[in-house]
Parts: sequence; C-alpha cells; structure tokens
Amino acid sequence: MNEILKERKGQIVTKGQGNAAIACGKASLAGSVSQRACVFCGSRVVLYPIADALHLIHGPVGCAAYTWDIRGSLSSGPQLHRLSFTTDLKEREVVFGGEPKLYSALISLIDQYKPKAAFVYGTCIVGVIGDDMEAVCRRVSKEKGIDVIPIMSEGFNGTKKDGYKLACDALSKLIGTDTVTEVPEHSINILGDFNLAGELWMLAEYYRRMGVNMVACMTGDGRIDDVRKAHNAKLNVVQCSGSMIYLAKDMKEKYGIPFMKVSYFGIEDMSDALYEVARFFKSEEMMQKARELVKEEISKLLPALQPYRQKLEGKKAAIYVGGAFKAISLVKALRLLGMKTVVVGSQTGNQDDYNLLKDLCDEGTIIVDDSNPNELSEFVKQTGANLFIGGVKERPIAFKLGLGFCDHNHERKEALAGYEGMLNFAKEVHASVCSPVWKFMRKSASPSPALPEGEGERKPHP
Amino acid sequence: METPISKDKSTHPGSFSPPAGGLGGAINSCKLCAPLGASIAFKGIRGCVPIIHGGQGCATYIRRYLISHYKEPVDIASSNFSEEATIFGGGANCHAAITNVISQYQPEVIGMATTCLSETIGDDVKQYIHTYKELAGDKKLPHFIAASTPSYQGSHIDGFHEAISATVKSIAEGGEKGKHINIFPGFVSTEDLRQLKTILADFGIEYIMLPDYSETLDNPMWETYKRIPEGGTPIELVKKCGSACASIEMGTILNTGSLSGRVKNNHLSTTAAEYLKDQFGVENHRIPMPTGVDMNDLFFETLTKLSGKPVPEKYVKERGRLIDSYADGHKYVFGKRAVVFGEEDFVVAMTIFLNEIGVDVVLAATGGESGKLNEEIRKYCPEKEGIIQAKNGYDFEMIREWCIENKADILIGNSKGYYIARKLNIPIIRCGFPIHDRIGGQRIKHVGYTGTQELFDQVVNTLISYKQDHSEVGYKYM
Repeated sequence: MNEILKERKGQIVTKGQGNAAIACGKASLAGSVSQRACVFCGSRVVLYPIADALHLIHGPVGCAAYTWDIRGSLSSGPQLHRLSFTTDLKEREVVFGGEPKLYSALISLIDQYKPKAAFVYGTCIVGVIGDDMEAVCRRVSKEKGIDVIPIMSEGFNGTKKDGYKLACDALSKLIGTDTVTEVPEHSINILGDFNLAGELWMLAEYYRRMGVNMVACMTGDGRIDDVRKAHNAKLNVVQCSGSMIYLAKDMKEKYGIPFMKVSYFGIEDMSDALYEVARFFKSEEMMQKARELVKEEISKLLPALQPYRQKLEGKKAAIYVGGAFKAISLVKALRLLGMKTVVVGSQTGNQDDYNLLKDLCDEGTIIVDDSNPNELSEFVKQTGANLFIGGVKERPIAFKLGLGFCDHNHERKEALAGYEGMLNFAKEVHASVCSPVWKFMRKSASPSPALPEGEGERKPHP
Repeated sequence: METPISKDKSTHPGSFSPPAGGLGGAINSCKLCAPLGASIAFKGIRGCVPIIHGGQGCATYIRRYLISHYKEPVDIASSNFSEEATIFGGGANCHAAITNVISQYQPEVIGMATTCLSETIGDDVKQYIHTYKELAGDKKLPHFIAASTPSYQGSHIDGFHEAISATVKSIAEGGEKGKHINIFPGFVSTEDLRQLKTILADFGIEYIMLPDYSETLDNPMWETYKRIPEGGTPIELVKKCGSACASIEMGTILNTGSLSGRVKNNHLSTTAAEYLKDQFGVENHRIPMPTGVDMNDLFFETLTKLSGKPVPEKYVKERGRLIDSYADGHKYVFGKRAVVFGEEDFVVAMTIFLNEIGVDVVLAATGGESGKLNEEIRKYCPEKEGIIQAKNGYDFEMIREWCIENKADILIGNSKGYYIARKLNIPIIRCGFPIHDRIGGQRIKHVGYTGTQELFDQVVNTLISYKQDHSEVGYKYM
C-alpha cells in the first residue's frame, strides 16, 4: 500500500481522532498531482462570466485553449465570454517581446467585437519575458476609450487563491466609475455566484419577490456597466467566499458597504440567505415576504424530495470541491436526503472553513485540504462511500471505483442552488447512486462462469 | 489559392516579421500546447507517470482536458513552480517532484515534459535528472525520459512526437537485426491502436508499438483502484527498437515542420523512425494514417512486404464489404462540400478518404504550423488542385467565417467545431481529438478497412438524415 506523502499528512484530519488543526493555505507539493490549478486559473474563472467584456489571454496557446467555454455560466445577452482569445505567443515573441502582438491583438479585437471593457491576463511566460502589459493596456485604453485592465496572473506566482484576489482587484478598478446612476433603497450586490445553469436568475427572482433589488452580480451574467455602479448597493451578499471575500472587504473599506457570507445550496442555507438580508434591512414587511416565500417553496419541495430520500437514506458520500464553503452546504444538503458525509475536502479552504466542517460532520469523517487522486481513491475505499461529489477530475475516480457521482463543477448543466436546485440535486444523486449499472462492477470481471477457483472473482463492493 | 478572408494569417514559415495589421493571435484556437501531446505519448509507455516541469496549472488543465475526452483518471504530476523557482531555477522543484512521484506511484518510467516557463528561464531538465541520479547513488530509480516541449513552439502534435522521439533516443539500443518491426501509429484513438494491434497480430508480425495508450487511457472496469493503469509499451521493448528490421511511421507531416516560427534550428524535430534509420539503419516506411481504401491498401501492402505473408482473408472481406458499401452510398455523398479540421496528419487522412468517395473537401484546416499541409494534400489529391483549400495556422473563428462565405454541407472533425455547426445549421461528424461533448470519443475508429467503414456509414447517413429531417414529407426509404 502506498503511503500518504509525509509532507501532506498535516492536511488530513479525521474527526474524533486528535485535536490537531488542519494545515491549509499551503502551496501544492511538487509531484503530488494536486487537483488545483494556478493563479491564472483563479482569476480567469472569477472574471469569466462577464459577458460583454473581452477576455484576452496573453501567452502561448495552451492557457486560452484549455479555458475556452469552460464554465456553464449563462448570459442573458452578449456571449463574448464564450470565445477564447489568445495572443498565441511564439518563440520569436519570447525572444523579442510580445508587446507589439498584444497591442495589435487588442486593437483589432476591440474594433471587431466592441466590448465594454477588456481584461488582459498575463500568463507565466509574460512574467518571465517582462512584457510591460500595463503600458500596453494604458495605451490601448486611451486610444479606444474603454477600460483595458491588465491582470498579472502568472501561474507560478502563488496559488489559485491569489488569482481570485487579482480578479477582485480588477473588479475593484471598475467599481465606482458610474457616479450617475441611482438605485432603489433596498439594493444588494450578489458576489460569488457565477450563474451556472441559470442559478443567479433563480436567486435574483427570490430576492425580487422579497422586494430586494440587485444592482450587480459579480460575476454571473455579469455586465461591465453593472459592476461600475456596484458601489451604490447597501449590502454585499457573498457566496463562494473563497473567491469574493477580498472584494467584499475592499468594498467595505472603500464604500462602507457591509457584507454577509451566505450559501444557496440546500434548504437551510438558502432560507438563511433570504432571512439574513431581510434582517439586515430591518424590514418586517420584507421578512414576512421572505417567510412566505420560504414556506411556499419548502411546502412544494419537501414532498417532492421524499421519494428520493427514501431511496438514499443511510448512503454515504464523499465530497471534494474547489471551495470549502460549498462543501459545508453540501454536507447539510446531503443530510436532508438522509445521507452521511464520510469524506469532505476542498482545494482552497481556510482554517475557519475547516473548523466549521469539523463541527458539522460526524465522528470519523475524513477532512482533507488540497488532496490528490491517490488519497481520494484511498479515502473512498476506506469509508465505503456510495457517492462522490466533485468536479471533472474527480469523476473518473468515482466511476472507476464503481460509485455514483454528482457533478458540482463549473461546467455543470443542472442548477443546484436554491429550492429548485435542491430538487435537481436529489434527482442527480438518486440517478447516479441508484443506477442498476453498478451491479456489473460488483460482478466477476470475466463473463465466463467456468473459471478456475479464485480467478476472476470480484470482492463485493463495500 | 488564397481565400478572400481578411483575417488570413497563414504566414510563411520562418518569417519573423511582426504581424502586419490583423490579429496575429488566435480566436478559438484549433490546436493545443506541446506538453499536452507529450503527456499523451508518455501515457503510452508502461508504468510511466508524466511530470510537467512548470506551473501547477499546466498539469491540471491538461489533465482536465484529457479526462474530458478519455473519461478516465489521467494522473499527471507537476513540479509546481513558485516565484522562487522561476527566479532561481526549478532544480529543487524538479527533484522534489521526482521524489514524490516515486514514493506515491513507484513508476517504472518518469516522462518529463518542459513548459514555456521552464524553457524560457533556461532550466536544464536533463542535467537535473543527471544530478538526481548521482545523488541517489545505488538506489534503484525509474527510467527517465526528458522531452523539450515549450508551448510557444508548434502545437500539441509537436509535443506528442517530440516525446516519442525523446523516448527512442534515450532508450533504444542497437544490435543484431531481429524479425520485429516498430510501429509509430501517430496520434490516433485508443480503438485505432487496438485495431492496428489486431491487424499486426493477424499477420503474425512481431511488433513494438510506440506509444500504446490503448489500455492506459481506455481501461476496463477496475477491481481496485490502480495508481498507474495497466498497459503501455514496456521499456524493455523500446530498447529493441534499434534492432528492428523496419519501422512503419503513420502520418507524413508528424513533427517535421515544427521548426517554423523558431528562432534557431535546435535539431529537435527528428521523428523517432528517422532517428532509428539514421542511428541504427532501421528502414522506415512512412505512410499516411490508413483511412480509406487506398491508404489501407498501402498499409496492407507494406505489411505483406514486411511479413512475407498474404493479406489474411478476414481483411480481404472487410475491404470487399467496404467497397461494396461505397457503391451503395456513393450518390448521397458525391459533390458534397466538406470542411475538415484538426491535427495535420488527421486532416490529411480525412481529406484523402473523403476525396476517394467523391466528397469535395473544400476546406482542410489545421491550427498546426508545419506549413506542409497544402503540399501533402496536393500529393495525394492532385486532381483537386483549386478545389481544396488547405490551410495551416487556422483557428475556429477563421473556419467559421470561411463556412459563412463559402458554404459547406458537412463538418468533419473534433467536437470543438460543434458551435459552428450549430450556428450555421451544418451537420457535424465528430472524430479525432478532442470529443468533449459525447461519450466514447476514445472508441471512435478511424483506421483500417473497418474504421473506414464506420466513417463512411456515418458520412452517408449524416447527409441522408439531414435531408430527411429537412424534408417536408419525411420518407421511409432512402
């Protein structure tokens, strides 16, 4: 049995065994096959859904090719974010500099697509060859009369989290630049929802029913002009706190806008997200509307969930996702389905997140930071999980081990947030855990019954 | 043969002048970067774990991209560059990565691929490996292979062939000529590899196939999780590549054009088979990927020549059925305008096949940069001079604009072309790499008479179905 790398041991704890705090926020270990990406990835995923901006990746072809149309972030209007733009640097630019190519690419793309603003992402190589991206962006901005914002997101310069911060800095540059527009009294910004499968539209509708107006969502179904006036909101409601907390703090400092952390996954957290906003505005009317809304939605939802709960009761789940806040909601949502979480981890969680998880989970649950395929497969086997919740890179691990899988990633096509999302979640979990195909995984590897003793036998699945 | 496209940027290979107007970059590029190709090739060696020497993102993005196609766990390690490594060199990270990969995976082989980052700061991976071995003393270590794959040179295909070439260069040994042959199948599907192996076995030929990811990237179900999937070419066999009696190399462009765009010629672009010919006198049979009757005849003829055996009856019948079906389906495809896109050798093979059945390939486009696509296609389809536009350096937006201006009846290529098909209401046949929006991309067959049969049926039926779906009455017979 291969051991867990010794440098990684501090990043794994089991609830009920010792009191050591989990180690987290560390750079990934070389050679450990981390599921994390890089700084560039962090800023790219956060800004990606802004649909009327040009997103130009300054570097060789790979970084742009691997992020083309990668998120299921829907837009109600422009679709510019779904194209992949790169300066496609070649050896000659590496030697002689990529500034002229960046300049001409920006000019011609802005002329062709007429974006409201442009984000230019610097990749590893740009940091090394020393292109002055800021100067080029300033020049193009002046010539074309739109904001051209450089993001120095060299992949080696930290972790994915540092990329989140750079994305927040970029947004911060735009916020407050619309000084004319006025907004209604009860106005909020939604931070950290990316409108995967139209989730934002559901959430905005809940808030609208309570009488709450949304100024800007950063960045789901995002628009540059909305971002510009985001400073007018009275409150920032922050989901996916990992990526957007920097911006929330920044806006609190600059504009005195308070923020609250919420989650839209599962009934409890979703309902709290609505109540908290009503409480903030100190409006009894709003609170009343929120209560009615929750009551109405839950009375529809609970009976609908019942058949799934019956089938799923007592099953065990493993969770490995990007942000730990999402993991916390998932543990609760699974509980609502009668399921128990036996492994939970994230790529980018912090100490507070992991403490919360530890409080929330049952004894014996394995909690892990920045895991890798070897560990995950080992944990799943140890705990006998029936379901894995994760992203694209975790999916084949689950399937190879013969357990169900729920896609909770950036490219998913099913809305999982809100009350409707909870039902979709139950349906998806049910469809995977209760599929008849797993029985074949538990059968003999060979179709022939006449094998010599011992050969081709498969151990029963835990 | 220039197309009336304002954005056309198929510049002459080797030209260093900055882009004169125009974009000079890519929109929805029709190529990937070199380390991705190298990772696939390394996956085709038994017991091999690839390490990408660069930032963490490179390995993760490439894994994600490959997993979405192969629907398999694809473990690729990273040396996870920090700012410090970027400034002072990645030696320590490289060593840490090797140590950690060894302790987690106990690999037989470690395949190192460089990136734009590590190449630009001048990291010498071969030297790092050398020091690692020295420091390890008597400890048993895996075999090491180092491929130079900066993403600013060529595309993923150049990385793929560079990794194979590096493998052969560092492992192959000479010796008394044996009966076995080398087969370098190029970048084809896992099903294609299985198909080729069956054909060789049916001829009774002893062969070394490099790379062979037919199992490593397309595993059956597992009883227990495998850190390194089974399958792949054993390193002991690669050693024998130098004593083979011949090589068959599939694809005619390979990485031979990847010098274009380079500042200096650093002699990296020999193919594995060419190296074996020069170094050990192993004769090389370079043929296009065997799709279509003509190219398969060429392939089977080569096998007959090398084995001294006639074509097995099974293949005579497969060929017969294929030609019979050509007669059944020819009318539905004749004169249809097809657009083909993907890697260069794939585009050449599809174009030869489509041309053979009477389809007009009006655009053969690739993101590859060899500058040789046109020349190769002309060689095999000389009568279509003036009809086939063969374009290097194309991206998907250029293909889309071309389709709007020139009209096409069918698109043939990887799944990234789907958005064009959808927007312009043109049917698409998904083949090649990647297939991200369907299952079974790794099982698509392109080679052999049966591979051709499946493609032919699909081309015919796709065109029939398009007509049927758009017919006012619908019908029950063809």
